[in-house]
Amino acid sequence: MNDVAIVDFGLCNLDSIVRAVEQCGGRAKVATEYSQLNGVNSIILPGVGTFGDAMRNLSERGLDQALNEQVISRKIPFLGICLGMQLLAVKGTEQGNNNGLGWIKGAVVKLEKQAPTERTLHIGWNEVHYSQASELFDGISDMTDFYFMHSYHLVCEDKQKVVATTPYCGEFSSAVRLENIFGVQFHPEKSQKAGFQVLRNFLTL
Amino acid sequence: MLKTRIMPTLLHKEVGLVKGKKFDSWRQVGSAMQAIKVYNMREVDELAFLDISATPGRRDPDFDLIDNLADECFMPLTVGGGVQTADHIRRLLSVGADKVCINTAAVENLEFIEEVAQQFGSQCITISIDAHIGSDGGYEVVTCCGKIPTKLNPIDHARNVEARGAGEILLTSIDRDGTMTGYDIKLTRQVSDVVSIPVIASGGAGNYEHMLEALTIGGASAVAAASIFHFTEKTPLEAKRFLHANGIPVRPV
Repeated sequence: MNDVAIVDFGLCNLDSIVRAVEQCGGRAKVATEYSQLNGVNSIILPGVGTFGDAMRNLSERGLDQALNEQVISRKIPFLGICLGMQLLAVKGTEQGNNNGLGWIKGAVVKLEKQAPTERTLHIGWNEVHYSQASELFDGISDMTDFYFMHSYHLVCEDKQKVVATTPYCGEFSSAVRLENIFGVQFHPEKSQKAGFQVLRNFLTL
Repeated sequence: MLKTRIMPTLLHKEVGLVKGKKFDSWRQVGSAMQAIKVYNMREVDELAFLDISATPGRRDPDFDLIDNLADECFMPLTVGGGVQTADHIRRLLSVGADKVCINTAAVENLEFIEEVAQQFGSQCITISIDAHIGSDGGYEVVTCCGKIPTKLNPIDHARNVEARGAGEILLTSIDRDGTMTGYDIKLTRQVSDVVSIPVIASGGAGNYEHMLEALTIGGASAVAAASIFHFTEKTPLEAKRFLHANGIPVRPV
């Protein structure tokens, strides 16, 4: 059985992720403290909330250190969802500058409207265009719609880390990858069939 | 391209789903669980679940009920009714809501929006505005499920909630609610013109043309509807086919 730690830092749509992981054949274990990340097969960092609060909560619980040990040193497969992907950055700019986990070089900045019809909160279904092949999207056709809800996005310094982009407010990175580390800006747990396929793909890494 | 959302709205009152006209004459329309299972199977874009008896009855949100419903809901779920505190929001998100909908509390205390938007992020704070045409012929915000007129202008209120960090506005015309005579396009246009966050038009959909009007003339980013799906043979999927044929980007299902 695939044990998946769902990192709980007090600000997330925990139940949705847990149920989705279980539907996809994983055994979800909610991790609220350092020791609970030991011995799992993979780790999901979900996220609703704001960048600074999320980092503070992770660090108060010793979870940032545990994540570094498991994901960076032990190379356990990791998936950051929405804010959980943004936290991979070196820096966030939501409500002041805050340091992120710093695994992916780049910063998190606000979406800026490019077309008159665009709204500054990107809420709803939008397509994901692959910029390179990734196991995460196995069996899912290019341009499939996923569900997004965010107003900030991760700008990677190294475009090689960008696995997929989405056309909105210009274009932003909707999926990133660095070795065992994956991040998606959309919510796979709420993206029905395609979203569940992403989770199944992640669980089989 | 961002797809236009068609959102069925489920109104819950005491033990089951209801639908009324102009926020009155409520009719029972079945069980919430059954409706959620059907919409889940049909893969609708998003669902709004509003407990309309919570605030008038001075109740907290029914967390156990939401927990049970969310267990069957693998589509985005916005939950409203009785949301008064940051703790309510934290608990709703933790049992499976993706966004929360705040109405009365946002009128009573604008700072509340700021507090919770900072804590949970704007993206999960939907402000619901119920408005009607008042005795002086102008629009007026009404809180507490159509019970308390506020003298507040919905256009000003929309501007204020956006400034405080609201992520989205669910705008319902009480006059059109349940009448199936079309959305209040003028109201929708006026509100969507003054904010840069998405506005969801609600109240009055009786056919797919009404939805098209709310999106094109009204400037709405999404449409919510209830009666049309409860009382007619029309479906969100057919609505999407119609909108697609008329140049509106929708998600293929």
